[in-house]
Amino acid sequence: MDKFEALTGIAAPMPLVNIDTDMIIPKQFLKTIKRSGLGVNLFDEMRYDRQGNEIPDFVLNKPQYRDAEILVAGENFGCGSSREHAPWAIKDFGIRCVIAPSYADIFYNNCFKNGILPIALPQEQVDVLMKDAEKGANARMTVDLEAQTVTTSDGEVFNFEVDAFKKHCLLEGLDDIGLTLGKADAIKKFEASASTARPWI
Amino acid sequence: MTARTLYDKIWDDHVAHEAEDGTCLLYIDRHLVHEVTSPQAFEGLRMAGRKVHAPDKTIAVPDHNVPTTLDRANGGMNEESRIQVEALDTNAKDFGIHYYPVSDVRQGIVHIVGPEQGWTLPGMTVVCGDSHTATHGAFGALAHGIGTSEVEHVLATQTLIQKKSKNMKVEITGKLRPGVTAKDITLSVIGETGTAGGTGYVIEYCGEAIRDLSMEGRMTVCNMAIEGGARAGLIAPDEKTYAYCKGRPHAPKGAAWEAAEAYWRTLFTDDGAHFDKVVTIKGEDIAPVVTWGTSPEDVLPITATVPAPEDFEGGKVEAAKRSLDYMGLTPGTPLSEVEIDTVFIGSCTNGRIEDLRAAAEILKGKKVKDGLRAMVVPGSGLVRAQAEEEGLADIFKDAGFEWRLAGCSMCLAMNPDQLSEGERCASTSNRNFEGRQGYKGRTHLVSPGMAAAAALTGRLTDVREMM
Repeated sequence: MDKFEALTGIAAPMPLVNIDTDMIIPKQFLKTIKRSGLGVNLFDEMRYDRQGNEIPDFVLNKPQYRDAEILVAGENFGCGSSREHAPWAIKDFGIRCVIAPSYADIFYNNCFKNGILPIALPQEQVDVLMKDAEKGANARMTVDLEAQTVTTSDGEVFNFEVDAFKKHCLLEGLDDIGLTLGKADAIKKFEASASTARPWI
Repeated sequence: MTARTLYDKIWDDHVAHEAEDGTCLLYIDRHLVHEVTSPQAFEGLRMAGRKVHAPDKTIAVPDHNVPTTLDRANGGMNEESRIQVEALDTNAKDFGIHYYPVSDVRQGIVHIVGPEQGWTLPGMTVVCGDSHTATHGAFGALAHGIGTSEVEHVLATQTLIQKKSKNMKVEITGKLRPGVTAKDITLSVIGETGTAGGTGYVIEYCGEAIRDLSMEGRMTVCNMAIEGGARAGLIAPDEKTYAYCKGRPHAPKGAAWEAAEAYWRTLFTDDGAHFDKVVTIKGEDIAPVVTWGTSPEDVLPITATVPAPEDFEGGKVEAAKRSLDYMGLTPGTPLSEVEIDTVFIGSCTNGRIEDLRAAAEILKGKKVKDGLRAMVVPGSGLVRAQAEEEGLADIFKDAGFEWRLAGCSMCLAMNPDQLSEGERCASTSNRNFEGRQGYKGRTHLVSPGMAAAAALTGRLTDVREMM
């Protein structure tokens, strides 16, 4: 997995609550058997008309946000379907960090498996960051995972919380499966005792 | 010993390893797999030269992409869908996992097939690369959706890296009124708590109204726990659960059954166990409901009117404006006057035999409104066969419904079953998100009885008028 350490970049504002994974990547793009190439269809139905032309009003189509690396959004981001295609599309577009007041559980976990940092901050702080993002391409935000801070273009600093293990994996770019296979003995031991306690499984 | 919740007990029995910071390896008893969220995971195994750790605990069935038209044996899938389904065929064979191909009568929606075949049993941990895995919680199994990276992790290790969620209790007291179903319960709970109300929690549903539900109804309730943001929904097993499981192809038999049942009878929340959050709703206060917007929390009784953005606060004001615009609705309009174009009965929420019986009861001897498109998609080939045996298929067909083959169908419209732009649908599925059932399609979530009633009148309708 790609590491995430720190990032200074353009933040795109999406002041909508309950942005669901169907919005992030509509179902017609789930037919792929690969993880790559989904960025062009990120937010497809909000981003393009039926003929495939860009809708100029949509934030990621605006010249100042086309190279956004951070997304600032409303509460309960990533709700709905478990599709990991959502973080794949976000990352493939070039966004490495999402900032919102809250996330749906599965999406939140999926981000960490893909080198994306989802930051949860109180609504008032997200409001400040949203305003900062609305300033456009010249206002660049900085995210530092090691220090657990987000810094606005004006230098205002917000601290965020992140699970220590998830942080460690993201900073080091660690592969979960490799880590777990390192505990193969514990799994074997569990299986032996479970097959005695609950043999019908 | 400390009093524990049902969730605590199942969790404790599945921790294979716990690190100092509380990060656990949770052992997975059943891993369900479908064609959309698994190809990248199998590919990952191949690239790393890894095997499936426990093929006997891994069950696959294609459901999302498959056409539901009667001629599907002759093809009908577009190239991409066909590749995805064929990839599952190949992966199931190469990795030696249990498989129900499209041609098998037992094929259907993964969350209907699992319980039907006896793969899902009380006290298990069940995962699938699909958020509606919560369905299996109806058996008192800890069941939740995972992403594709986690699918690969479970395939390779039969475990998940997890931290424990908090405990939430949702109690539905007393009796339901006539015409009120499990779907109305689960939508009403989301209407009350919001789509993020359960975030960070595992919900245990309890109370007389939940106990009174059949296993099918309980599956409907748990299915939408994810729409309330919860990691999983749970209902403690009881006599109904054991009766449902007994004799299923993969349920234990003989002495193994006795041992299993003895264990299952320990799976309940102890008196005095701690819940971090409690929501109580009176069963008699729940009405037949519909959704008016584009979030499952946009729930109102069918007797209500379309709300106005000013009725809300904070970010929900903008969201309501956007929803009303998308749905083409005017505030103040009685919901029962909203005309519909289409009715969809099916999905992992409401595609079981009891759902079809409830709809058929309303439709018996009647005809769907002229010009309205109506389809029933049974949740599995076996549900379909049973409905035919019970004469339900004839009731649907006589009423003017299309009688389809099993699959996810119009619930997520990854297959040919889709709404067209502006088409308005009364649907028994689980999500009313923008574009969910087709580009610019408009979805109103309802119970099977309400869907049937709407099919007869051509508008959202109070099922109680038809009873």
